[in-house]
Amino acid sequence: MNNFTVEAIELTRLYGGREAVSNVSFTLSKGEVLGFLGPNGAGKSTTMKMLTGNLAPSNGSVKICGIDMMENPKEAKALIGYLPEMRPLYKELTVDEYLTVAARLHRVSAKHIKKAVEVAKERCGLGHMSKRLIENLSNGYQQRVGIAQAIIHNPMVVILDEPTVGLDPIQIRDIRTLIREVGGEHSVIISTHILPEVEMVCDHVQIIDKGKLVFNGSIDVLKRQRIGNKLLIGMRNPPSTDEMLKISGVTEVEALPNGLMRVRFADDATPAEAIVQNSVQHGWGLHQIAPDQTSLEDVFMQLTYQEQSVI
Amino acid sequence: MIINVARKELKSMFASPMGWVILSLLMFAFGTYYLNGVNDYFAVMSGAMRPAERTGVTQFVGQMVYGFASFMVLFAVPLLSMRLISEERRSQTLPFLFSAPISLTEIVLGKFLGLVAFLGILIVFIAAMLSTLNIWADIDFGFIVANSLGLLLMVASFSALGLYFSSLTQQPVVAAILTFVALFALMFLDRFFAGDPSNTLASLSLTRHFQSFSGGLIDTGDIAYFVLFIVTFLTLTVRRLDADRLRG
Repeated sequence: MNNFTVEAIELTRLYGGREAVSNVSFTLSKGEVLGFLGPNGAGKSTTMKMLTGNLAPSNGSVKICGIDMMENPKEAKALIGYLPEMRPLYKELTVDEYLTVAARLHRVSAKHIKKAVEVAKERCGLGHMSKRLIENLSNGYQQRVGIAQAIIHNPMVVILDEPTVGLDPIQIRDIRTLIREVGGEHSVIISTHILPEVEMVCDHVQIIDKGKLVFNGSIDVLKRQRIGNKLLIGMRNPPSTDEMLKISGVTEVEALPNGLMRVRFADDATPAEAIVQNSVQHGWGLHQIAPDQTSLEDVFMQLTYQEQSVI
Repeated sequence: MIINVARKELKSMFASPMGWVILSLLMFAFGTYYLNGVNDYFAVMSGAMRPAERTGVTQFVGQMVYGFASFMVLFAVPLLSMRLISEERRSQTLPFLFSAPISLTEIVLGKFLGLVAFLGILIVFIAAMLSTLNIWADIDFGFIVANSLGLLLMVASFSALGLYFSSLTQQPVVAAILTFVALFALMFLDRFFAGDPSNTLASLSLTRHFQSFSGGLIDTGDIAYFVLFIVTFLTLTVRRLDADRLRG
């Protein structure tokens, strides 16, 4: 036996001959948070639907804690909490009623239902909304009810499709903490468009494009790609690139407009100090020096773009 | 688990005014018929001199009320059954049920039982209303039991058909219209074969099978017909929902 909570094996889904998801395999261990990224229509939601048994894969299989979703759907589904892209809320019910129904359907024993509802409400900041009709709640509060519904039975795997849509910044922070907290004991899969969010909450990142997995790895790998060994330097009297290259550790120099310069350096070198000293000596008029970060967006673009150029 | 789905359905039914309005309007109509029935009974019976012409008060009033009820549910059931699945499809709440640890059969049975339980309230009320005749007369409870069972089976068949049509579409109104047309056709199918009562098609008619119940006769053949009817449409519904999962 292994410790994988989620195992997707060669998942493929065809929509009328067109592959929406093709050959996606990955595993997730206990206590990990997996971020699922991809442009619109890449197959994120389709993959999530297959993981939760809402859609039958055309090929491949899903195992939740070693239980096959196809063979024992009930046992497997009992271990999952799922918030789809469109919140599945019964708007004619109150928050309490709805969460009670959710707890009952997810086999929370009669004795513990009340407590489960209270805990879920507290975790999602819904305490004072108990008696309100879901219909009358604001978008953000409805989203919280959706998240509460997904964690009410304390599932092994929580799958959230774009959980922070429509929330205010404070609530987004709370939900991120919540995701981290849940991720501590269980496994979480979230899909999102907000890239910094992935960096904040996820241990693992998967980027999917056109139904294919283009990146699957730890968040650190992505971060390293992002930060890189680069400095952005602003000077009033910029030197020639050759002069800059003379400084030890500098491997590549790129002149940018407005006196800016991007300097790439070797892995173990720290040329910043040397550059400042040189600037003072030669009167370059240094006014700005900072590590140059490629935004996560750029990395994301690169990864999805590379794939396109291969095709 | 089936019970939990049924409870959820009942809760939704009573959470909107729709359920209450339909219940109260139907009960009002049945009550009026009951009252008229009792009045008519005295008018008709005082004119009937010979004992052979006389019928019991249970049968006289009962047949009026149950005959009317079996016709009224033709309108009530489509209105109630239309939103069972189509509404969930439209507001995208089906994943909530699909990702819970319950099978499709349990979902469908739960929804079906929820609706039948709701309509069962009506049947219980009608039976209770007719039983009040017992204060003044010695009534035939067997007749009421047979009629109630017949009405229950008929309502359940209507609901099964309504549930199936509801699973076919996203628009509750379309489901209601389809259900109504299909039920109407099935109810009055035997009228087209009035000249040839032994015709196979005529025996598909729902009214034909309700007739023995309305006479106070519990016929296993008729029970089998209703049960088969219900099982067929529930199975079709499960298959329709399964197709959703397979085809997406």
